[in-house]
Amino acid sequence: MVATYEPKTDYKVIGTNPIRHDGLDKVTGRAIYGGDVKAPGLIWGDVLRSPHAHARIKSIDTSAAEAMDGVFAVLTHADFPAAEEREISAGEDTVNLKRDQANVMADDKVHYKGHVVAAVAAVDRNTAQQAANAIKVKYEVLKPVSSVDAAMSKDAPIILESLVGDHLGERVPNTNVARIFRHEFGDVDAAFAASDLVIERTVTMSMIHQGYIEPHNATAIWAQDGNLTVWSSTQGSFGVRSQTAGMLGIPESRVKVNYVEIGGGFGGKTKVYFAPIAALLSKKSGGRPVKLVMDRTSVFEATGPAPGGKVRMKIGVTNGKLTAADTDLMLESGGYPGSAVGAAAICVFACYNLPSSRITGYDILVNKPKSAAYRAPGSPQASFAVETVIDEICDELGVDKIQFRLDNAAHEGTRRGDGVKFSRVGLEECLIAAKESDHWKSPLGKAPAGKARGRGIASAYWMNGGGKSTCDLMLQDDGTVMLNEGSADIGGTRTSIAMQAAEVLGIPVEDFHPSIPDTDSIGFTGVTGGSRTTYTTGLAAYNAAHKLVDELKERLADLWETEVDKIQFADGVFTANGDSIGIQELAGKLDPTGGPATATASVNLAQAGNAYGVQICDLEVDLATGKTDVIRYTAVQDVGKAVHPQYAEGQIQGGVVQGLGWALNEEYFITEDGAMANKSFLDYRMPTSLDMPMIDTIMVEVPNPLHPYGVRGVGEVPICPPLSAATQAIKQATGRSYYELPVKPGRILEAANGI
Amino acid sequence: MTTSSPSKVHVTTTINGQQHELLVPPYMSLLDTLRELIGLTGTKEGCLDGNCGACTVNLDGRVVDSCLVLGAEVNGKNVNTVEGMATPAGLHPLQQAFLEEAALQCGICTPGFLVAAKGLLDNEPSPSEGRIRHWLAGNLCRCTGYDKIVRAVQKASK
Repeated sequence: MVATYEPKTDYKVIGTNPIRHDGLDKVTGRAIYGGDVKAPGLIWGDVLRSPHAHARIKSIDTSAAEAMDGVFAVLTHADFPAAEEREISAGEDTVNLKRDQANVMADDKVHYKGHVVAAVAAVDRNTAQQAANAIKVKYEVLKPVSSVDAAMSKDAPIILESLVGDHLGERVPNTNVARIFRHEFGDVDAAFAASDLVIERTVTMSMIHQGYIEPHNATAIWAQDGNLTVWSSTQGSFGVRSQTAGMLGIPESRVKVNYVEIGGGFGGKTKVYFAPIAALLSKKSGGRPVKLVMDRTSVFEATGPAPGGKVRMKIGVTNGKLTAADTDLMLESGGYPGSAVGAAAICVFACYNLPSSRITGYDILVNKPKSAAYRAPGSPQASFAVETVIDEICDELGVDKIQFRLDNAAHEGTRRGDGVKFSRVGLEECLIAAKESDHWKSPLGKAPAGKARGRGIASAYWMNGGGKSTCDLMLQDDGTVMLNEGSADIGGTRTSIAMQAAEVLGIPVEDFHPSIPDTDSIGFTGVTGGSRTTYTTGLAAYNAAHKLVDELKERLADLWETEVDKIQFADGVFTANGDSIGIQELAGKLDPTGGPATATASVNLAQAGNAYGVQICDLEVDLATGKTDVIRYTAVQDVGKAVHPQYAEGQIQGGVVQGLGWALNEEYFITEDGAMANKSFLDYRMPTSLDMPMIDTIMVEVPNPLHPYGVRGVGEVPICPPLSAATQAIKQATGRSYYELPVKPGRILEAANGI
Repeated sequence: MTTSSPSKVHVTTTINGQQHELLVPPYMSLLDTLRELIGLTGTKEGCLDGNCGACTVNLDGRVVDSCLVLGAEVNGKNVNTVEGMATPAGLHPLQQAFLEEAALQCGICTPGFLVAAKGLLDNEPSPSEGRIRHWLAGNLCRCTGYDKIVRAVQKASK
């Protein structure tokens, strides 16, 4: 049973822009992030990484490191307990304990350059680094597999020899393809045969990185009583707890994960890398606190890129209506199985009302870092493919690109490619808002000499997440509210969650004190990911606030010597029999009734409501250099109800700029020996302030029936449309089509020169 | 204690107006000097190769990446960090503007942006949008898309 709500319309707190509660700490340098953790007697850890993309480990000699002064412990995979071949949820990813343990520290093989092979703990960071470098490893170097085509070729080296692939239900050994699956409905082939126009294209794209500015880190104390305390920059403390406990073979109840501020994640901080290593180093160092902070090169070489790969896309149309669509989504999982191809398959056709479709997904191992979630994982790659072909269909038919999308838009009742039927969704409203926008109505304008301009449009979808969250409230005698919740705050969610309780209670949100406690001190809460936090943890806060009101009615019934059901509560005021009292005034009178009132609520939401975005990109191409400049950008998005409009808009703007980096610049440039050539922020060129214009937003509010305030997750879908919107703008500017990302200056010049 | 650590360098420096006398390992960056020796962890580590700007500090009036400066180099110099921006009278206008304009999301790049932007406004109180974008191009932010950061600096401009 899924609860649904009639949308509320009159708000006092929702829709305002209060200053976030953690803002002061974050503009004064006081906020404690993972790298800032101190503990008495703290020592440092470091790791040795593989210089080869694919190799068998023949031997590891740690004796020189162990003999160094100041070294407390040296660690290899042999120090880990045998992990179960068991899958646990890690938010937007699934973690296989055995394989992810081998990803944290290599067992008998290294699967990518930068794979951790050994670790040390030493008196300071410098000594730890020197000791790690003193470890000698002998490798048998193997041929690296660097693309999905190479991975699927007949003579491909097998990366994970224990893997038995699931190919449409058939068990297949000796393969780099971990999974092939299919969603299909209708007679796709017959529909193509009867279509007026069928266009088929194949697009390719490189791996790219989430690019969070804070590197991964972990500090751990594994004390002699067997209790393990961890601090680690993460999108979800409970995920660190379950993964660390699982990889170390200890009960989760023995692990306490303390919350620290997180310096960006975008999906890439749902997996653990250093927490189990810090824990084992601490144990081997006699329970000393051990801290590791990852260097930037290793962040690129060894943590969470989004999958690259290849997508074949075929779409048919008759009389302006889509008839059929067929796609092969081939995504790189990296060195171990588990890419975002499952989510890509859900999202790929979700913008369109299709009478028939066939979606085949391939999860493919390559000798690159194990991929991780990145903002709407899988959807940007899928969106690039489908929107590229839709754009060509519109060009071929000579129709308005927004009207065509409106004529074929998914709406309430449409079945998604995997069979799920949509509830109320806002794609049509977004398309109409885009069509009526000043941007769409404005001419492109004339480009300066030597440059050409183009405009692109694209739409995209993300299903959003629900899941489990907890919120505790305590009304203190001064009328303020202590709020505990379990969601890592990466972008102001302490406040967007507190605002929902504030709306119920009629207490100013400034009178809330939100905290994010450790995993021993708050009920289970899933990761900040899947655009779930303001929606799900917000709903926990909403429910806890209603419980608090119920509790206060009981207390007031004692004070007023009346019956509970005679007491009304509205706009922060309790009334009964002509008496009335404000909630904050009542807070000061609770002592005789049992002290401060508390309430707690946990939710587990099966569904989340869906997110759609439509974006328009104007871009200028320098015809001599191929350099592109985005000159105007508008992002339209159905946000359900913007709880904190400034921060909702910030999510959209940030997603757009990440998507533009993906479209225009960012890539893993892989050399022949399987190494990443551009492993620094200098060479992995993320957008800077100088590269971007202001990002205009139009927030459409189609209330989500699954939330009392109509809230939808907003964080992820905005990264998807830029890939195609920017590429189609370049197509219009240059008169050439581009099927490979990124559309970097070199690629534009090569196309112009017929290379 | 460790054979790998050579002897240390005697450094006298002024950090956020307060004089410090330090013994700094010769290889130690100003970033680690601030974070590990003094305990000023507001200055953040992002890349250690001068490309992200998270560790931006002001050194004798110049905006620098503290990961590219040695602690031993700041002898006799003035270092100002994010911790020195607010005064007993209140927040610096840039700090207030960042709060009001929602110019931070995760906040890890925020100290660097604040120190860098202050370096601009100290010398050019009314910069154009283009000038702000150019000046801040050495500081990476992955969350905001820069829109609200630029608006916050504009708000704090005269």
